Amino acid sequence: MEMTGAQILMEVLKQEGVDTIFGFPGGAVIDIYDELAKTEIRHILVRHEQGAVHAADGYARASGGVGVCLVTSGPGATNTVTGIASAYMDSIPLVVITGQVPTHLIGNDAFQEVDIVGITRPCTKHNYLVNHVDDLAKTIKEAFHIARSGRPGPVLVDLPKDVGNATSSYEPLEEVNLKSYKPTYKPNMNQLKKIVQLIENARRPLIFAGGGVILSGASDELTRFARKTQIPVTTSLMGLGAFPGTDPLWLGMIGMHGTYRANMSTGACDLLISIGVRFDDRVTGKTDAFAAQATIVHIDIDPTSIRKNIPVAIPVVGDCKVSLDHLNKLADQTNLGDLRQKREKWLDQIEQWKSTNPLAYKQEDKIKPQYVVEKLYELTGGKAIITTEVGQNQMWAAQYYHFDRPNHFITSGGLGCMGFGLPAAIGAQLACPDKLVVDIAGDGSIQMNIQEMATAVQYCLPVKTVILNNGYLGMVRQWQELFYEKRYACTCIEHAPDFVKLAEAFGAVGLRATKPEEVESVLKEGLSVPQPVIMDFMVEKEESVYPMVPAGAPITEMLLV
Amino acid sequence: MADKNTPDEDIRIVNMNEEKHIFTMLVDNEPGVLSRVVGLFSGRGFNIDSLVVAETIDPKISRITIVTKADRPVLEQIEKQLNKLVNVIKIRDLTGPEAVKREMALICVKAKTEYRAEILRIVDIFRCQVVDVGREHYIIEVTGEAGKLEALIQLMKPMGIKKIARTGPLALIREPN
Repeated sequence: MEMTGAQILMEVLKQEGVDTIFGFPGGAVIDIYDELAKTEIRHILVRHEQGAVHAADGYARASGGVGVCLVTSGPGATNTVTGIASAYMDSIPLVVITGQVPTHLIGNDAFQEVDIVGITRPCTKHNYLVNHVDDLAKTIKEAFHIARSGRPGPVLVDLPKDVGNATSSYEPLEEVNLKSYKPTYKPNMNQLKKIVQLIENARRPLIFAGGGVILSGASDELTRFARKTQIPVTTSLMGLGAFPGTDPLWLGMIGMHGTYRANMSTGACDLLISIGVRFDDRVTGKTDAFAAQATIVHIDIDPTSIRKNIPVAIPVVGDCKVSLDHLNKLADQTNLGDLRQKREKWLDQIEQWKSTNPLAYKQEDKIKPQYVVEKLYELTGGKAIITTEVGQNQMWAAQYYHFDRPNHFITSGGLGCMGFGLPAAIGAQLACPDKLVVDIAGDGSIQMNIQEMATAVQYCLPVKTVILNNGYLGMVRQWQELFYEKRYACTCIEHAPDFVKLAEAFGAVGLRATKPEEVESVLKEGLSVPQPVIMDFMVEKEESVYPMVPAGAPITEMLLV
Repeated sequence: MADKNTPDEDIRIVNMNEEKHIFTMLVDNEPGVLSRVVGLFSGRGFNIDSLVVAETIDPKISRITIVTKADRPVLEQIEKQLNKLVNVIKIRDLTGPEAVKREMALICVKAKTEYRAEILRIVDIFRCQVVDVGREHYIIEVTGEAGKLEALIQLMKPMGIKKIARTGPLALIREPN
């Protein structure tokens, strides 16, 4: 059937099951928008293209699907870069469609022209410039296939204006076959057998899971595996929710702001089973000292993650879910002995670490940010989808909200991108309209994409923003306190807007708590009203996140409260 | 904050373990593919000693041959990262003797009367050829393994090398007999 490029694009989007697009129109995509408006696909008009990508990211993580963005050429395209880089670091499947100037003007420094394919080459899983309308359908299909398969990631498609207008005959394509792109899902069984043998003989085994477990939907398999083998579990920031945060085998998060017991266990374990992780420097600290006594097993679908930062004894390239499923079967067939007795000493040791140095803070006259997160956890029954900004707010959210389910903690882990939480919450709320979605924010971060409050209000999305307001760029201030003799260079941002009035100006609800006794009532009110809400908690200004491992130190050498 | 745990010493040790490897890969012959490969090297701090790229017998596919220096773990990363690029169809490490390797150079050497015969004698011994002749110069075309090219260049130096253009090595795996 003869169709224009814009019509073909809509057909493929529908075929891919796209129901929501986050975007912002402009000259180069005006024809696409004209067609988009004729479809059933819901378009969410953001207020900045960065917000569109973060919202698509939040949508993808909460729904488990692919997030889709549509923006114009030039500045529209460059504004997506931060969001794309964040999704790339966290392996989130996105398809970002950018308008481009007409093909005959490419390279001419035309109005709103930018080489976005060149710019995003290092921060996309793959990207395309569509030169001819005949290639469009195939390219969009490939983009979705690449974004969601293997180790997921963002794919950008640059679409010149004339390609959207030109016509071609369109036949729906069923399958994508890329001879140079075939992710390995099925693990090597011999390697898995070796892992089971290692488990049989290990005295101090530990599971270290990451975002890969959540991305492959392997949380149930992981939980079964850990319980069956009675191996304690820690996760990276990205892995929170992959294993129930209320399970007795749960150790808390690993790494720079990990729990004492998780980091000490890593230092002491003799077998480290790492699944769907990439050994980020915030996890490992000094790499030579990381799990130095352990035989390290690493299961990941991306071969480049294996042995990139940490030497590994048993590498397994494969999908986390498929691998854990096989491991569970193998474990069923193997006599692992009396596990309770075998693990007793190890689990006792961990319990001791937990009781000597639990996550803790001192309750004082001022509101403690940790207390706000704890109360939030209590009042939401741990069931909310939590997004975060980046910095102290993110770490307190990770430490004090105990995630029992996957896809409920949405944070910019790898890139550490301030301004992520609010648009991501908008995306998550659209994916899960019946869930409570809360952005745990700092007063610094929230100002980076605060304009998206208008989006939340426009589409009646009742996202709740909890600002832990300390008047500082708190995480940097904390480093300045600890490592720069309290020289707080440029981290004081007391000159902030009145967030309550600001919320009201956007048409949302604004609430404030200045004393600890007000925290609960403000949270209760904020969580119960059906509108978007900003809750401004005036917290202790110089509270720091502990434990903390100084950058480059072994993770067992923690600064404690 | 700067990482305080990477003293200079460590870097020297890494350098001592560096090996030269030659990777050859088949890639989609599309615009931007070379940029992806080169960008990967610069973005991840890998080094490129030399790079050769041209179409294969199938016009849709090009062959890229890259020589790089790195220690073992980094070489493993380079190979895996290249493999991960969607446009890279196949990659192979051809460092060992199972592959034939050839480089080429064009050497413009000063050819004063008293040296002309000597230059031609050397050209003959090296089985290379003169492809351009002038009153004051020869351009010599030479192909061979890196060692042969180096030897020829050393012999030509006393006469005065005006200009030189060199390719990196090409490599092809030998077929089984």
